[in-house]
Amino acid sequence: MASRLRVSDAVSLATVGLRARRIRATLSALGIAIAIAAVVSVLGIAESSKADLLDQLGEQGNLLTVASAQTVNGRARPLPETAEPMIARIPPVRSVTAVGFVEDVTVRRSAAIPAVKTSGISVLAARPSLVDTLSGRVLRGRFLDATAERYPVTVLGYEAARVLGIADLADPTQVFVGGRYFTVVGVLAPIAVAPELDMAALISFGVASDVFGRTGGPNRIYLRADPDHVVAVASVLSATASPARDGDVEVRRPSDLLVARIAAKGAFVGLFLSLGGIALLIAAVGIANIMVISVLERRGEIGLRRALGARRRHVALQFLLESTLLAAAGGTLGIVLGVVATAVAARLAGNPVEVPLTAPVAGLGAALLAGTLAGMYPATRAARLPPADALRTL
Amino acid sequence: MTTALELCGVGKVYPPPTAVTALADIDLVVEAGETVAITGASGAGKSTLLSILGTLERPSSGTLRIDGVDTSAMSDPQLSAVRATSLGFVFQQFFLLDHLSVLDNVATGLLYRGVQAATRRARAAAALRQVGLGERIGHRAGQLSGGERQRVAIARAVVGRPAVLLADEPTGNLDTATGAEITGLLAGLADERTTVVLITHNADVAAAMGRQVHLRDGRIVADSRDGV
Repeated sequence: MASRLRVSDAVSLATVGLRARRIRATLSALGIAIAIAAVVSVLGIAESSKADLLDQLGEQGNLLTVASAQTVNGRARPLPETAEPMIARIPPVRSVTAVGFVEDVTVRRSAAIPAVKTSGISVLAARPSLVDTLSGRVLRGRFLDATAERYPVTVLGYEAARVLGIADLADPTQVFVGGRYFTVVGVLAPIAVAPELDMAALISFGVASDVFGRTGGPNRIYLRADPDHVVAVASVLSATASPARDGDVEVRRPSDLLVARIAAKGAFVGLFLSLGGIALLIAAVGIANIMVISVLERRGEIGLRRALGARRRHVALQFLLESTLLAAAGGTLGIVLGVVATAVAARLAGNPVEVPLTAPVAGLGAALLAGTLAGMYPATRAARLPPADALRTL
Repeated sequence: MTTALELCGVGKVYPPPTAVTALADIDLVVEAGETVAITGASGAGKSTLLSILGTLERPSSGTLRIDGVDTSAMSDPQLSAVRATSLGFVFQQFFLLDHLSVLDNVATGLLYRGVQAATRRARAAAALRQVGLGERIGHRAGQLSGGERQRVAIARAVVGRPAVLLADEPTGNLDTATGAEITGLLAGLADERTTVVLITHNADVAAAMGRQVHLRDGRIVADSRDGV
């Protein structure tokens, strides 16, 4: 007959061993919990916003902008009137829209606000096709339409609405634009590829011309090209937009901005994850440390178990399970803390609460791995203790 | 009579730096059901002898047969199995797990036999009644007196009905009256066909056993069975 230990007994042995040293076990588990909470929340917070950026990148990769370069006095020279129809004629171009600067016009909440407090909101003339071409979203109300060409209405960018303190459009709302009141008919959601629109009040080209005397072509053209021909389109854009002075034209691909933001986020995630990894390493060393102390303190118990018929591997298993259970408890607590932290961070940032499944799974996996690795050396030490020596000490 | 334990030319030399010769040329046969006291001064080799009899230590030379089976060639797992099934241990320091109940301490005696938990507890309760601690089952081991602790340890040693019980100074930490009770309990085990080998300094304890073996400097110098 061989000496054997049931699996259920081994697990209960480990839990009893931990419960006997409750404070010590709790503190070591807390170390693991903090590290795992850090890892889970970093993954949770970063991955969800990164996924959002990647989605945008997929949608925005074929967007190009053409803008007039600034002149020496800081004023923007408009593009030729012909630029927009010419660009629309390039075969792979799917849609074109444009905005024009309305210079020297400020936006204020009302006439009572001093004229110097412009809050940095710019006034842009926009085509009705702007939102569709940019794949933007109207958060509230509606966008400029054909009637807007004749009436003083405006659509605010997301940040502009926030700065002006306009939360909803349930009641007719007006803002003071360049000496007269404009009715706010809509508010846009943030547009990542065209952040300049977030801080703008948009009016129609018709009103810009009738009311503010704006002349000339647009200052910036946005266009969507066939995704397979983006580079080819980009290479002919400046010459098409301004055949006479193509050096004054800047062509950009706004999705480059997203790529840069994703890269920056990736770098931060890597940094925080490695900090979490270091915290986990420290916690694991802490567990190894208390397990080694535990083995020293429990020489008598180890000797007794060997006398009762425990094999070396039974003793090793007991200590290995203790350290793994300790880490698993810490890991579980850490996941809860991490999810709560992610939820709080998402709520504060105004994002939907979304924790990717990989975060808790990776967190628990890392905790179990740390606990098992931390327990290996103490478990081996306990198992190698000669039973007669273990019993002699006290 | 069958032979429970048989030592044949057993010696034990500890490795350097101590290089102490703890036992030399020990021949000892213990029949089943015998009660043997091993006496001797400190350093005479009593504890080493008991460790070797209990397979907790291997001899440097010679052989140990348990129930007629040579243990020299056995692997560590095989020796563990022998301890789990055939040997029971009682120690001077009791080695109880203080955070466990009395019942669970005794049930630990069957843990490495792969017996189910419910069966272990039922047999532990019976063993506790046998040593007169039937009412203390639910107490924590840490709450007991010295004599009660040693009774729990004896119950743990006999719960698996081992053929041989090995006791290392079982009364060493107890007062005289309590020591006498424990000695009586151990001597009484022989009635149940358990072989008892105990180490003691105490002449009264030794006298309560059926046979006395005296060690000096690692050698047997007197054995009451031989009439020496």
